[in-house]
Amino acid sequence: MPEEQAPGAGSTQPCGDSESQQKPQDHINNGQVSDQKQNDIEPHQNEDNTQLAQSQELTPPPLPPRPPLSQAGSLRLSKKPSRPQLLSTPTTALSLADVHTQSYNSEDGAGSPASRAVSRKHSFTHFGRFVSNNNSSDGDDSASIKSYIPSLDARVENESILGDVAGDDTNPAWTALNEDYEKDDPFQTIFSPEDEALSDQIQHEFEDVESEQAEGTSEEVALENWKAKLKHFFILSASGKPVYSRHGDDQLISNYVGVAQTLISFYQGAKDPLKGFTAGSTRFVMLSKGPLNLVAISRLPESDAQLRSQLEALYMQILSTLTLPSMEKMFSNRPSTDLRRPLQGTDVLLDGLADGFTRGSPSALLSALECLRMRKTNRKVINDTLLKVRSPNLLYGLIVAAGRLVSVVRPKKHSLHPGDLHLIFNMLFEAGSVRAGGGENWIPLCLPGFNNTGFLYMYVSFFAASETTTTNDEAPPEKDDELAIVLISANKEAFFELRKMRDDLVSQLDSNGSMSLIKTALRKGHASCAEIVPGTVLRHFLYKSRGNVQFVMPAFEPHFNDLVARRRLMSLYHLMHESIHSRTAHLKVQHSIASNATALAWETPLFELYCVAGPRASRAALAQGANRVVQWIRREEERVFIIGGAVF
Amino acid sequence: MASRVQQGGRPGGARFAQFKLVLLGESAVGKSSLVLRFVKDQFDDYRESTIGAAFLTQTIALDEQTTVKFEIWDTAGQERYKSLAPMYYRNANCAVVVYDITQASSLDKAKAWVKELQRQANENIIIALAGNKADLVAEQPDKRAVPTADAEAYAKEANLLFFETSAKTAENVKELFTAIAKKLPIEQASQRGMRGAAGRTAGVDLGSRAEPGSGAGGPGGCNC
Repeated sequence: MPEEQAPGAGSTQPCGDSESQQKPQDHINNGQVSDQKQNDIEPHQNEDNTQLAQSQELTPPPLPPRPPLSQAGSLRLSKKPSRPQLLSTPTTALSLADVHTQSYNSEDGAGSPASRAVSRKHSFTHFGRFVSNNNSSDGDDSASIKSYIPSLDARVENESILGDVAGDDTNPAWTALNEDYEKDDPFQTIFSPEDEALSDQIQHEFEDVESEQAEGTSEEVALENWKAKLKHFFILSASGKPVYSRHGDDQLISNYVGVAQTLISFYQGAKDPLKGFTAGSTRFVMLSKGPLNLVAISRLPESDAQLRSQLEALYMQILSTLTLPSMEKMFSNRPSTDLRRPLQGTDVLLDGLADGFTRGSPSALLSALECLRMRKTNRKVINDTLLKVRSPNLLYGLIVAAGRLVSVVRPKKHSLHPGDLHLIFNMLFEAGSVRAGGGENWIPLCLPGFNNTGFLYMYVSFFAASETTTTNDEAPPEKDDELAIVLISANKEAFFELRKMRDDLVSQLDSNGSMSLIKTALRKGHASCAEIVPGTVLRHFLYKSRGNVQFVMPAFEPHFNDLVARRRLMSLYHLMHESIHSRTAHLKVQHSIASNATALAWETPLFELYCVAGPRASRAALAQGANRVVQWIRREEERVFIIGGAVF
Repeated sequence: MASRVQQGGRPGGARFAQFKLVLLGESAVGKSSLVLRFVKDQFDDYRESTIGAAFLTQTIALDEQTTVKFEIWDTAGQERYKSLAPMYYRNANCAVVVYDITQASSLDKAKAWVKELQRQANENIIIALAGNKADLVAEQPDKRAVPTADAEAYAKEANLLFFETSAKTAENVKELFTAIAKKLPIEQASQRGMRGAAGRTAGVDLGSRAEPGSGAGGPGGCNC
């Protein structure tokens, strides 16, 4: 957590404190653990790391034997001229070594005691303990990952959302058991009391704390409900007035907002702003943005950086309603301004964002968009149609299918900011009011990523994917079944012009067959993992293309069917994401094993890939799955991503 | 747009006219619910605030010969959208100003809207005053905050159509829109081939009331 390392973090600074004290301790801990808990390492893991660790601690490192090109499970990209850099990255080389050593070491005995000690430091018996795999020569760094995120470790060990009971993996029988026992849907099984509590809570997470009160229960019950929430967001003005809270009314939250305000202003007064702290198993993260202070309070395994980016999104939503200059003017005119009045009616949008974060959103985690998979030629026809019917006042045009982008038309010099699109998608697909209206909409909004000082005007029209005609008088169908045309202009009088463009666009898409193609693709939904990579052990993956700022994922079904299972999956993704994004991490590939899942995170300059498989999946199978996902994406690149879009 | 002209030229002496209607009023008085009831005959108990403005259409038959199509602008009631309102009522043929009969202050707001419309909108604009949420008062009479007689007297004085409505029970909703349609100059509009209603489609007469630096014109003014 970069911010926690802020200079001048004195002994009163909670984060700085823990960092400076834990660093040396972790060294010792790692040493001790390695001696005591040799058994808790999954055998494959152990030997891999032994090999790897040894190889990296010697100077110069001996080159691992080169595996045959055709070897299954090698994390290797083929020599495609368009991507020469991939072959030469350390990532690829390292992965080769990794996978290879495993493939011939699996029937080997345990390594020497010395190598075990080293290897323990780099093994993953637990998702909470992320230690660098390729970084063993830099012991300081790898060991301190834990200390930079004191809460992450504590949280996971105390109430693992993944249901990994501490000590579970130290049992030698564990691996043996796992060999015979493959759970179909790993995250659907409840492992520990904490986990059960979480599962219960997440079912009620989005309920109103007052609802039970209305049925005759007391204020205390409301407070209990409020406290039981896994996640809270507060927004307050610099003078301490509440602006937004996800849960609870003013009366309920006023004390807590007061405490938050006191803490924030105390550290601000000391010119050493508070970035975050941990209380029990709960992480508090603060973000100051101009006249606003935002606070995220989470009991889910999320990093400070992830929570902070969620707060950024809430802040962007507020700017989107008000614009920055207008908000600043209000506060400079009157510092005690109650911002809730001008924000009236936008609670649903903030709630939509907040609940998305609590459920876990791949799009928010990766700061990327998802596209509707479609043939390149089909998309080209749609793009051409958009360009053809484009009206003069159009700035951006989007066709969106259930939160997935179908096509974009945009000016050459302006690309679309993912944060802005996230706000738009949230407005269209999370908050119900635009869709529920059943008409066309004309919405003034500021897109802060584009320009935080002024308003744009957004024309929105929804279509049901199930019908063949495109009248907008039909009742809105299911949420995930919807198609929206979004046309954005800087001209507030452009409604009828854009409406005509919509009519032209729809009639042309209808006549050239694109509309039915879009609807077919939309109805088909996400392909399952098994369809994408037949016969794979993978159960889910996220692939982010860095260049396109877009991601691909398969369907959650059949392995992650309910909210709890999905939240656990997302928590795992959050942990993996943090482990390769934290500033102290130099991971390129990370393989993690827990009793309920195995997972792989893989980062290159071109992409980030996170794969999850069942607990018994071998490392080679996981790696092979990852490799095949990458191959599939490369083959499908122009189908699963929008490359450029329609540009004018 | 072409499709509308075709509809207009219906054979057999039938009359068809199209009018622009705008809904105004304080937030949460039930503007969107009235429209939803009128257009789709539906009601949502938990309706979220309108964001910006919604555009809907609904056609009603006044008699066997006469069809009226409403193009409805359902505006958001929040203060921050106030400066956009002229854009919606500028060419409106008719307006429904809504208040909540259980909230006295909402009638004051409605009166302010009526005043603004009479000053700024079309000279011949037909304005209807709708006191919504009659169902709440039917259940609990003591919830009423605006006596029918008061509102009626005001409506008469200001030359407005007046109805107490319930979007929830559909009470007087159809009647409200039918009464408006009956007062509209259908003959004129259908003869002119809807020029009156469709004038704004040309998009050239706009901007007369646009604020300077219109980009940030929206919520800029309201930090009250």
